[in-house]
This record gives sequence, C-alpha cells and structure tokens, in this order.
Amino acid sequence: MGISSATPRIPAGPVLRVIRQRALQAAAVVLLVSTACFAIIQSLPGDIAFRIAAGRYGYDQVTAASADTVRAELGLDRPAWQQLLDWLGDLAALDLGTSLVTGASVAGELGLYLSSSLQLAAAALAIALLVGATAGTLAASRPGGILDRITTLWVSGARSLPPFLLGLVLILVLSVHLGVLPAAGHGAAGNIVLPAATLAVGLSGLFARVTRDTVAQIRQSEYVRFAATKGLGARLVFLRHVLRNAGVTLLSYLGVQLLILIEGVVVVESLFAWPGLGHALVHAIFWRDLPMIQATALALALLVVALNTLVDLGALALDPRPRRREVVL
Amino acid sequence: MLGAAAAAITVLAACAGEGAQSLPSPERPLTVVGQFELHSLDPSTSGGFFTRLQVAETLVDADLRGALQPGLATGWETSPDGLTWRFPVRPDALFHDGTSVTAAAVADALNTARTKAGTPLATVPVTAISADGGNLRVDLAKPFAPLAAVLAHTSTQILAPSSYGPDRTVTTVVGSGPYRVERLEQPATVELTAFEQWQGSKPAITEVVYQAAGRSESRALMAESGQADVTFGMDPTSLQRLKQAGKLTIADVTLPRTILLKVNAGHAILGDVRVRRALSMALDRDSMATALLRDPEMAATQLFPPSLPEWHQDAITPLAHDPSGARELLAEAGWRPGSDGILEQDGRKFSVTLRTFPDRPELPIIATAVQAKLKEVGIALDVKVGNSSEIPAGHQDGSLELGLYARNYALVPDALVTLAGDFGPDGADYGAMGWNNTELTSTLDTMAGTADPDVLNSGRQQITRILQSELPVIPVAWYRQSAVVSPRVQGLVLDPLERSWRLADLSWAK
Repeated sequence: MGISSATPRIPAGPVLRVIRQRALQAAAVVLLVSTACFAIIQSLPGDIAFRIAAGRYGYDQVTAASADTVRAELGLDRPAWQQLLDWLGDLAALDLGTSLVTGASVAGELGLYLSSSLQLAAAALAIALLVGATAGTLAASRPGGILDRITTLWVSGARSLPPFLLGLVLILVLSVHLGVLPAAGHGAAGNIVLPAATLAVGLSGLFARVTRDTVAQIRQSEYVRFAATKGLGARLVFLRHVLRNAGVTLLSYLGVQLLILIEGVVVVESLFAWPGLGHALVHAIFWRDLPMIQATALALALLVVALNTLVDLGALALDPRPRRREVVL
Repeated sequence: MLGAAAAAITVLAACAGEGAQSLPSPERPLTVVGQFELHSLDPSTSGGFFTRLQVAETLVDADLRGALQPGLATGWETSPDGLTWRFPVRPDALFHDGTSVTAAAVADALNTARTKAGTPLATVPVTAISADGGNLRVDLAKPFAPLAAVLAHTSTQILAPSSYGPDRTVTTVVGSGPYRVERLEQPATVELTAFEQWQGSKPAITEVVYQAAGRSESRALMAESGQADVTFGMDPTSLQRLKQAGKLTIADVTLPRTILLKVNAGHAILGDVRVRRALSMALDRDSMATALLRDPEMAATQLFPPSLPEWHQDAITPLAHDPSGARELLAEAGWRPGSDGILEQDGRKFSVTLRTFPDRPELPIIATAVQAKLKEVGIALDVKVGNSSEIPAGHQDGSLELGLYARNYALVPDALVTLAGDFGPDGADYGAMGWNNTELTSTLDTMAGTADPDVLNSGRQQITRILQSELPVIPVAWYRQSAVVSPRVQGLVLDPLERSWRLADLSWAK
C-alpha cells in the first residue's frame, strides 16, 4: 500500500460484510420476535376475545355477545399454531394485516405512529446534541474549570429530574404562564417543541458528559500533542484530530440513545398526547391487538438492527482503521 | 449551560410561530379537548363520537331532560297493534356529500346497525326495516314501546351510502349534521367545518378541532394555558384547582350514570340478601363522594340519580352508612368474627374479590375505599384492577364475585331499555348476576308493551323499590360531568345524556 491519502475512502469489503451480517440478523430477529410476541400474548391471563371487544366497543358496551362476535369473526378458536402460521405467511407476503380493534390497516397505523415517534426522537436528539456536545467540548477545553463544573451540575440535575415532572414544569412555564407554546397535542406547528425539549434536557446532560470525557481524553493523546508540535493551529487540530476521533465514540453513543429514545418515550408521549409508537404498543397490548403488537414489536426490533447498521457504517467512515487482521496487507 | 438550553427552546418556540394565546379569538378554530380517542369510524364502536361532534344525526333526538324529539325523522307514528312504526324522514335533509337523505339510505344504515352485536337495536324484536315512500318503516315481531328511544342511541346514527365500503365497513364519516368532517387523524385529532347546506340554524363557530389527550393532567394544563376552549374529562383534583383559580368557567351537569358494585348473587356468601344489605350499610358514601370525588352531592342514596327524574324516588328510604347495623345483619346471617378480626362461618372466612378497571380514574380509588370500609366490619376484600372486559368475562364464566364500574342508564334515552337488559331473568354482563325477581321481570315486560303513563309510572316506582331492597347491584355514587370553558366562548350547556356537546350552539364571547 502507498501512503494513505488525506481523505481515506471506506473499503467496500467491510461495508458489504456489515450489510450482509445485519441482513441475516434482521431475518433472525423477525422470526424470533414474531414467535416470542405470539407466545407471550397467548400465555397472558384473560380471554383475548373479551379484551379485543373492550378495545373495539369501549367499556360501556363490551359484553359477552360482542366478545362472541369478535371470536367468530377473527377465528380465535383455531389452534394457536395455525394462527401463528397464518401470521408468518402474511408477513412473508409483506402483509401486516388489519388491526383487530380498529379494523384499519396495520401498516398505515404503524406508519403514522412510527413517523411521529421518529420525528420526536430526531428533534430531541438534535437539541440534545447541539446543546450537549457544545457544552461538553467547551467544558473539556479547561478540565476542572468553571464551565466543567457547571456541566457536571447540569448532568446530575438533568438526569435526576424525571421526564414527567420536567414536562409538567415546561408546560407550566412556557404554556400556562408565558403562553408561547401549545401545552399538548399533535398536528399543529408548535406541538413538537415541548415534548422534544423535555426529552432533550435529560439527554443533553449525558451527551455533555460523554463529549467532555472523550474530548478531554483525546486532547491528552500523543497524536494530538504531536499535531500541535508539528505546528498545526488549535482550530485545525480540533477539527481534524479531536472532533473526528471523538465522533467515533459519540456516534456509537448516539445510536444507543436514539433507540432508548424511540422505545422509552411512553411517559412523555402520554403527557403530551403525542401519538407515537410507545402509545400504540401500550394500547395494543392492553387490547391484545395481536397484529398491531407484532408489527410494532417488529418495527422496534428492525429499527435496532437498522440503527446498528448505520452506526457501524458511520464508524467505518469515520475510523478507517481495518477491524480485521486479514484485511491488513 | 442552562442558558444554552433555554435559548434553544426559545428559538424553537419562536420558530413554532403560533403561540397558544397570541391570536385573537375568531381566527383560530374552537379547540375541544377530551379523553376519548377515536379508534373506529363505525357507529356501533365509535361510542357516539360523531353525534357528540354533531356530524351525524339519529332519527330521533332527545332534549336536555331526556324527552324524545324529532331528529332526522320529523316525528313517528305507531300502528294500532304496535307492530309497525313509521318515521317520516326530514324531506330537505342533505348528507355532507350533497346527496339527499332518503328513506332508503336510512334503512340501509339501520339494517347495517342491526347486525352489530351488543347494540340496543340488535336486541329489539325487529322483523324488517325498510323504506316506505318518504318514511322509514320498522316492523316488529311484538310490540316494543321504547323503539323511538332506541333509535336515538348513538349506534343508530345515519351515515350516507358513500360512508360505507363494499363490505359495509365504514370508511369515511359522511353525516347530515351541522358540522362536517374536514380532516381525521386517528386516533387523536378531528377537524370540523360548518356544513353550509345545513338547514337548521347556522353554527356561530364555523371551525372546530377536537384533540384527544389521554392524561387528565395534560388536559388541565391545556385548559389552563388557553390552548383548549372546551375541556372534558377533568379529574376531581384538577377541577377543584381550576375552580379555585377562578379564571375559567366550569359547566356541569349530573349524568344518569351511577358507580355501582355488581354482586354475584349466585355466590355462596353474597347470595344472602342480608349480606348484600350489610355490604351496602358498611359503605360510607358521603365520605367517598366528599374525599374522592370532591363532590358530596354525588353520594348515591339509591340506584337512579336525580338526573333521571322519572326513576329517582324522593320518597324511598335512602341507603345510608350504618356500620353497627351492618355487623348486626352479618351476625344474623351467621357470620362471627374470627381470631384475626375477619368474619367466619363454619370455618369459612368472609373473603371476596372485587374487580374493577382504570378507564375511569376514580374507580380504582373508590375500590380501595370500599376495601377499607368493608374491613371495618370484618370483611376481607381483595381488589383487582384489570381490564374492563374482566367484568363481562367474569360474569360469563361465573367467577366474578364483586365488580365496580359506572353504568349509564340513559344511553338509550328511555332507561327502561337498559334496565330490561340489565335486570332480566338471566342477568346481564353489566347488570344482575345470579339474581332473578319474577315481580321485576313481569313489571319490565308490562312496561315494554305499553304507553300508558300511569302504568309506566307505577312500574318505575315498583322497580326502584325492588332494586333498593334486594340490591342485586349496590349503588355507590352518582356522576357529575364537568367541562372547563375558556372565557373566549359562551353558551355551553352540557347534555346529561352525553349524546351531543352542542358545539353548534356556542359562540365567541364578545
């Protein structure tokens, strides 16, 4: 190999390998998650037909008659393995079926919930990253300095505040007293700000911490000191050496946090009446809406795989050092 | 750091543009917030959503006291034998897609409604529903006096033929009311616009947005921040707080809905009427209403609340808290305190399970209050909070001992229809269990076949009396519906039957 160029290209081999591995993983996840979901729902106590009827007709009108209608209509009397095979067959044909409760197409409902959750998570992540990474980098410039200490305080403060409480405080301040933002709801322009900010506050503390530690550590590293010694300006050292190396750690961290965000925002979603995936999953489980549970769980599982793939590819792009010995020539 | 976060939020807030209170009243739609999510468009399962929003109409309407009024039908007449009913359809009525409301379209909608299990129309002895010129004609197998009331139930709302898909599932909601659906985003948002060709008086407020919010704290804050103009489903604590703050108006009305304990009268312990009476006497309804519902007047003294004036009997002996009387009755029934204070009989402990569900937030709290009160008289009560369907499921498999829920006796404006189902000889999921009273059954039968006011009146008195002494269900509390109204709007009057929110009668405050 010659001398490495200034902007190293990502070698095609590792990229293909990552994609191949993740595709296999995705297939295994689909099979495993579907079967596990099905088995868990079947083993939950309570009559499924009654639960579905409660979801469909509301608690004033769920009766034995409506439960019987549901049972007959959905063929809930059939053996469980037959129902599972049907579902897997439909899935192979990329048909997610219709919701047992609302009668609407699961794919359509899932699309709505997934996109609202992704929007919320992305907005929260953007705010958190902007605030957290900036603060962390600044704090790392003078470890032990005043900014560093404020960041530490912020981290513990933000983490110890439950999102539910924080959300209420934000609504009280920004909606009730200042009247600048709608308190809750979905669909209007300003609706996303408060839930995203609620999620971002806790997350920004973590990002600040991780960024600060990583940046501080890299600043101490020999290559950074060498870069400075060879005469590179502080700005160039930061951009070319510190930021890029910190990026690898931050990116992996970002992936994990995004997953936690999407899967863990039930409380915030319910406080702000945001129709997201968490909200959908809780309702679906409560009503035993099997196709909806299966589809939601699958979407979440595949999201994990997809995000991991993206993080891997991103890390490959940022850090071109080969990961396997045989690639080294 | 804090500053950076605050700055980020402020920037976003500024970008968001539309502040909650920044626009003058008429430029933004009326925002209605409630706890109900829209999960289905079908009239049988949408729970009256579209009649409340005045998008769809029923043939028969009801006024604020529950008296039947013409709706999509201009009136009704019955053949002398009571087997054929005719409802002339309002001749100039139009669906929101511009087609006229014909008797044939009404018959189609009702014939679809009839097939839905668990709805009141499915229990009426109908032989045929058909169009007869400009009339809707209903033929019955036997006389059924409350038919007109059943046709006021929200599950019988009339949707246009274009609402239905090929297999008669409802795909869009095209009604004939003063508002039409502009946009639907299930499960939480519905946008309405006034229907220009509506023949009745035009709504003063032409645009309405309904937004579902699951948590009562969120709803309270939406009301407080001015985001919501009319807010339903307030929890007692938030309501009290908003009342004390005094900035918003609270409209309220008592509903014909009662929170009650369903008792399995076929149960070895609870089958004894003395035991049921003792349970009732052990309950301190006044304290529960005051402390939990924050509304002392809601302590039930009988099954039917004053909002059902025809059924509520002022003269009847009220149910009252009497723990010593309860102990005496239990002793009379053979129950003696054991070493741990729990009552025993022939080595069997008085231990029963109560099932309830959290859809109405006060139910689990009331359940624990019941548990505490029963413990005072030596009854061990196990409270299980689960899904609403466990009550009908427990009724069917016979495993239910006690169930706590709220029952609305006027979903069909004539309470007789609900009562005939609930307290018939076989009992019902939300009515009696293992309990049968021939006198009550024959009274209900007689009342269903007559329109004579004297017979009906004495029948109601008799039914109230039997239910009060036999206690197949034990009333706990009545229900008050409240709505928080912003100063921007005026004219909200709540409907005790919860059929309509009467948004068309609202106007912007001057």
